[in-house]
Amino acid sequence: MGQKILLEHANVPGIKTYEVYRQHGGYRSVEKALKSMTPDEVVEEVKTSGLRGRGGAGFPTGMKWSFIDKKSGKPRHLVCNADESEPGTFKDRYLMEYIPHLLIEGMITSSYALGCNLSYIYIRGEYMWVFRILETAIKEAYAAGWLGKNILGTGYDLDLYVHCGAGAYICGEETALIESLEGKRGNPRIKPPFPAVSGLWANPTVVNNVESIAAVPWIVNNTGAEYAKIGIGRSTGTKLISASGHCKNPGVYEIELGLSVDEFMNSDEYLGGMMDDRPLKALVPGGSSVPILPANLIFKTAEGNDRLMTYESLSEGGFATGSMLGSGGFIVYNDTTCIVRNTWNFSRFYHHESCGQCSPCREGTGWLEKVLHRIENGHGREEDIELLWDIQRKIEGNTICPLGDAAAWPVAAAIRHFRDEFEYHVRFPEKIKNKDHFVAEPFEKVKHLVAKQEVI
Amino acid sequence: MEVSNIKQVINIDERLTARINELLSHYPEDKKKSALLPVLHEVQDAHDNWLSVELQDRVAEILGIQPIEVYEVVTFYTMFNQQPIGKYMFEFCRTSCCAVRGAEDLMEYTCTKLGVKEGEVTPDGMFRVVGVECLGACGYAPMMQLGDYYKEHLTKEKIDAIIEDCRAGKVDLHKQAITE
Repeated sequence: MGQKILLEHANVPGIKTYEVYRQHGGYRSVEKALKSMTPDEVVEEVKTSGLRGRGGAGFPTGMKWSFIDKKSGKPRHLVCNADESEPGTFKDRYLMEYIPHLLIEGMITSSYALGCNLSYIYIRGEYMWVFRILETAIKEAYAAGWLGKNILGTGYDLDLYVHCGAGAYICGEETALIESLEGKRGNPRIKPPFPAVSGLWANPTVVNNVESIAAVPWIVNNTGAEYAKIGIGRSTGTKLISASGHCKNPGVYEIELGLSVDEFMNSDEYLGGMMDDRPLKALVPGGSSVPILPANLIFKTAEGNDRLMTYESLSEGGFATGSMLGSGGFIVYNDTTCIVRNTWNFSRFYHHESCGQCSPCREGTGWLEKVLHRIENGHGREEDIELLWDIQRKIEGNTICPLGDAAAWPVAAAIRHFRDEFEYHVRFPEKIKNKDHFVAEPFEKVKHLVAKQEVI
Repeated sequence: MEVSNIKQVINIDERLTARINELLSHYPEDKKKSALLPVLHEVQDAHDNWLSVELQDRVAEILGIQPIEVYEVVTFYTMFNQQPIGKYMFEFCRTSCCAVRGAEDLMEYTCTKLGVKEGEVTPDGMFRVVGVECLGACGYAPMMQLGDYYKEHLTKEKIDAIIEDCRAGKVDLHKQAITE
């Protein structure tokens, strides 16, 4: 059993309410930080912990905090990114739905560390019932004196509010989120200036993921050094993984970083193996944006090392044979899955969610969707595979925000590892007419047809 | 989504005004525009889940901003509807994780059962079925959003029951009180 830091009390009846949360040691980190630590000491603890941004990028949280501009004298803000929208990711929702006060506690302690007196939680609009849970929890926290003026008599003031989006994946990008919080369209900003210098209302701002902020209370209570003992190397602490797709037990799990992918996939404590015991075909380990891995690269890396649930191990081999831990959106696919159809599905998503600001992304995502759609529907041409490769290459790195890269990578990885499946679609259109073509006849069984043709 | 010319009855009553004022109090005095998204949600909920141009103009007035600042936001975010959408909108997630667990078939079943194509409203104005992108319920697929709530681990039987409940008036789309 791995150590639970975030979800330790998730199943305690009534933990959603202030009283029960407090009875289980809630808000201790606020007392400790405000009464016995300076803001910089809190930042140092977080730096020591090695905590890395849990939204997907994995940037060290303490370092991000140290960039906030304290010299300008402008008001500073902490904004929690609860716009969770990356396909495969539903961990923040779990945390906020079941232990809302943990996030609020983390927001208070973190805001104190950053010197913020006005902070926000930006939650996606579709999570409206979670928005209401957080609103209620915030009111409870105000009533109990953890928010507002002169908290615990220390002279520290903090106002915290929850703000809802309205259905735009792009607002998970931190500058788009800030635009949206200002009441505008979610168009990402050009960086620099970075939010740490000019963010919300041009004030210094830090944007952190829900899970990152929720880890702060434990770090403050137990020290950063204790947190850094969990995990392996630069992957410290625990991580929430949201598992979906064809595994036996989908859901949200808290794991110690360093657990092997094999154990996570196959032990009964976690995913319990494959649904209906069908063969594993592919894995997207960190949300739809990260490269898909074929079966032979899931449990072992190309070098033959055990693949572990860490930032480093999941990316071992680079994009050629590796992937990324990303947001922890762990999507499992069995042999009935059509990779072409799934890649088209992802491309449709990115096309729909592109804000339209940069041409390579606005046009490119549409082309990817269109070309993939025709291949999947039996109208593909042999040269379409090269065309897809060309389009994704021209999007990557050529846009203001990472949505362009996020749209390009899944296409590149699918072609890299499953090229024969694309060729099969192009060469045998009559065999893929039914959308469930691989349910009746998994690709493994017809693969030889593609290979044979190549010989000719 | 097309702009609708249908006349909308606008009623910004006392309760709604109080709620709007509460939301406005969450932002600094000179940053009222920030409240735009939350205010639009509240106003839309109170007006049969859509926002006519007239209603958007009223929101602009309340926030002290130009109408165009409201229009550009309403047209950007998918949750704001510019035309009547039917009383009960079934929004099926059909992104990868839901798709591989049967979302597309279930959506087709629902359309057939209600006699509509995707995006159409039933002639009685009661139902609309749409496919949307990832709602963050990937492990509980297939699923759909109905009002402010998620219906997860769906089956044909559950869809039948939800339709019955809607017809019987048992479904509250915007319940204010949260129960455990």
